[in-house]
Amino acid sequence: MQEDWIWGLIGGLLIGSGGAVYLLANGRIMGASGILGGLVDRSGWDSWKERAAFLAGVFLLPIPLYPLYRAVDTHITSNFAVIVAAGLLVGIGTRFANGCTSGHGVCGISRFSLRGIVATVFYIGAGGIAVILFRHLLGIV
Amino acid sequence: MRLIYAFIAGGLFGAGLFISGMTDTAKVQGWLDVFGDWDPTLAFVMGGAIIPMAIAWAFVPGRKPLVGGDFPTPPEPKIGRDLVLGSVLFGFGWGLAGLCPGPSIASLSYGGPGHWVFVAAMLAGMYLAPMLRLRLDRALPAE
Repeated sequence: MQEDWIWGLIGGLLIGSGGAVYLLANGRIMGASGILGGLVDRSGWDSWKERAAFLAGVFLLPIPLYPLYRAVDTHITSNFAVIVAAGLLVGIGTRFANGCTSGHGVCGISRFSLRGIVATVFYIGAGGIAVILFRHLLGIV
Repeated sequence: MRLIYAFIAGGLFGAGLFISGMTDTAKVQGWLDVFGDWDPTLAFVMGGAIIPMAIAWAFVPGRKPLVGGDFPTPPEPKIGRDLVLGSVLFGFGWGLAGLCPGPSIASLSYGGPGHWVFVAAMLAGMYLAPMLRLRLDRALPAE
C-alpha cells in the first residue's frame, strides 16, 4: 500500500525510542535475541526479571493496537517444516553472532559499530539469497 | 523502576514492530526479494529506528544510566568466525520465514500457531547454540 512507508517510519521511531529508553534508563542494549538467549542458556539469569518485563511489553503492547492497524495477518507460511528450520537457524545464528536485527542492526549501526555493520551486511545478504533460492528457484516460500 | 523501564522499552519496541508492519512476514520477505515485487518498508523502519537510537548514544558519554550502574562498553571490534557464520545462518532463517526474534515475540498474540512453532524452534536453537559452538571450536578453531 502507498502509505506503508509512513507506518514503517512511525513504527521505526517507536522501536528506536524503546531502544533509547532501555539504554538511557537501564544501561542495556536492546537486542531481542540477547534478551531471550540469556534466559534460555541461563547466562543472563541474574537479570531475568528485567528481561521478562521487557518481553512482556513486547508481547502485550501490540494487543491494544489491533484497531489502529489495517490488518493483523502475518502471512506466515503454512509449511511447518520450513518454520521449524527457519526458527532453528535464527536461534543458532543469533547466538553465534551475538545479535540480531535489533541488537546489531538498530543498536549497533546507530553507534557506528563495525561489528553491527558487518553482521547486518551478512544477514541481509543471506536473507536475500534465501528468498531468491526458496521463492524463485525452488518455489517453496 | 528497572522493571517498569524495561516494560516501557519492550512495549515501545513491540508497538513499533506491530505498527511498522514488521511482524508481517510478507513485508520482510518482500524487502529481501530484490528480484520480485520489492517492498521498501523495512528500510524506513530501520532508518526510523536508528534516529532516536543515535541520539541516545550521543547522550551516553560522561553520564550514568537512570537506574544507576554503568553504560555498556563497546565490544572489541573483532570480526570473527562466529559473527560472520552466525549472521549468515540467522539471515538464511530470516529470509526463509520472514521472522526475526523481536517480531516473533510481538506477533505471538495474533500470528497463529505458526508463530508459536517458530518461537519454540528458535528457543531450541538458542539452547543448542553453546553446544554447537563447542563442537565447532574443536573441529575448526576460531583463531
